[in-house]
Amino acid sequence: MSVTLKEAKKCANLARLGLSDEQLENLVPQLSNIIGFVEQLSEVNTDNVEPLMSVADITLRLREDVVTDGGYQKEILTNAPETLEGYFAVPKVVE
Amino acid sequence: MTNLTDLTMAQALKGLDNKEFTSEQLTQEHIDACIAARPLNAFITETHELAMEQAKASDERRAKGNAGTLDGVPIAMKDLFCTKGVRTTAASKILENFVPEYESTVSQNLLDAGTVSLGKVNLDQFAMGSANTTSAFGNVISPWKANDGANVDLVPGGSSGGSAAAVAARIAMASTGTDTGGSIRQPAAFCGITGIKPTYGRCSRWGVVAFASSLDQAGSFGRTVEDSALLLQSMAGFDPKDSTSANIAVPDFTSGLTGDMTGLKIGIPKEYRIDGMPVEIIKLWDDGIAMAKDAGAEIVEVSLPHTKYALPTYYVIAPAEASSNLARYDGVRYGLRVEGEDLNDTYSKTRAAGFGDEVIRRIMIGTYALSSGYYDAYYIKAQKVRRLIANDFTNAFKHCDALLTPTAPSAAFAIGENEDDPVKMYLNDVFTIPASMAGLPGMSVPAGLNAQGLPLGLQIIGRPWDEETVLRVGHSIERSANFTAKPQLIGKMAA
Repeated sequence: MSVTLKEAKKCANLARLGLSDEQLENLVPQLSNIIGFVEQLSEVNTDNVEPLMSVADITLRLREDVVTDGGYQKEILTNAPETLEGYFAVPKVVE
Repeated sequence: MTNLTDLTMAQALKGLDNKEFTSEQLTQEHIDACIAARPLNAFITETHELAMEQAKASDERRAKGNAGTLDGVPIAMKDLFCTKGVRTTAASKILENFVPEYESTVSQNLLDAGTVSLGKVNLDQFAMGSANTTSAFGNVISPWKANDGANVDLVPGGSSGGSAAAVAARIAMASTGTDTGGSIRQPAAFCGITGIKPTYGRCSRWGVVAFASSLDQAGSFGRTVEDSALLLQSMAGFDPKDSTSANIAVPDFTSGLTGDMTGLKIGIPKEYRIDGMPVEIIKLWDDGIAMAKDAGAEIVEVSLPHTKYALPTYYVIAPAEASSNLARYDGVRYGLRVEGEDLNDTYSKTRAAGFGDEVIRRIMIGTYALSSGYYDAYYIKAQKVRRLIANDFTNAFKHCDALLTPTAPSAAFAIGENEDDPVKMYLNDVFTIPASMAGLPGMSVPAGLNAQGLPLGLQIIGRPWDEETVLRVGHSIERSANFTAKPQLIGKMAA
């Protein structure tokens, strides 16, 4: 099965990748090639097989619902491209 | 005095203990080697001043009798581990100026053990690659040259290419790596050194830039099995900050390094004898089998029927997890921002400008596999096949204690080769990916040279949490193979 330009455009939009038409056109055959390669999985009989999400045979741990850490506003904002009065700043969202 | 950069880490620790030299001397020699070897492009960020401060502090600790287990040895840190106050890039433009405010658990464990860090080493961008040719900071060049006189630059393997090149070139005594589908084992094989990926959950992932979270695992490189074991010992351990970190005691990884394999059953998976396997790889494997027999092991043939599906399974699951993990790079909280007309446009422009081609390719594949209409056909299907792959190993380990296979289907290739077709590049990891899918410990040990004089590695795969047997077998193979070849571009000669 091959990936179409329309599907590639849709994926780029879902993944918020602002790719040019030329970049997308170059990607289409590459993506088709990779998808074609993984297509062979359809040969495998997986009836009654549970999907394996993680090999970690570990039950998620619970802890007391109390504050154990925090108070790092300055550190958290240190790497932000833009901050305003102690917040992350982004281009205007609501007119 | 002998060349300090030629010592193994274990020898250096003895020398430091016996006051034959100081950490400052040891570190300075490695810094000199590092500067001379800059043409290899192994480092993204050098921290030589910091290293000398750490070395001085180490010498003071040792003088007071407070030395840690690895006190004073200079190592290199893959630039995927967040290091407080030291830039951490994941070899991507999107994190070019990112200076973490916190330390990853693994790098903190190594600081606590007293190691000296020479800096952050190069890698494939976000650990996506098998040749270290996807870094935004340039390719890493292998310190090895083929003996055909052509003087072509070879790849060190990937993704942990800088980690492997630095140890092989005698710039660092040992280094950290991460392995998602072979990113420690394959570069170890290409660079003629040892590298181990422990069981998934053995080392904390906290503070490690995420690629595919159900597969990512930290591990170590050394020039000997013992050195790899020593570094891993200090990296490993339970960490409540990583929900998949296992609360299982870490055994003494060096205790079983006797050279003996008596009583061990070594499995040879018949499906790894793939069509078109180069003769030199077949010979290496046969040699390894003979070494195991001579060391007292019993050889048994085993079957891993779903082996051929591991690679396509990986190329659904890893990109799917990556597309989700890498959604965090939005130009808001950290990293690059390219201003757009509105917030959505800012996201799109930032991500297109910040991610390299291979990263974009994998995000696209992952997004496709997770998108509505394809989710069941690709993502869920791959997770089902993943269970069958894991079950294969469970069944095989009913008949043996460890598996022995080649690490990679070839020796290192020239920079630029295999770049025309992503699937061709992915085939490098055909022998390492199955164990990753099952979360098993795996190690590569240098076991011979090919006709061009380039190193080849053998892989040992063990049961979950049984790194001890993996290391025991690795050490025995190392002793039998007696691999003494050195790369041509070592430290001061590299320039």
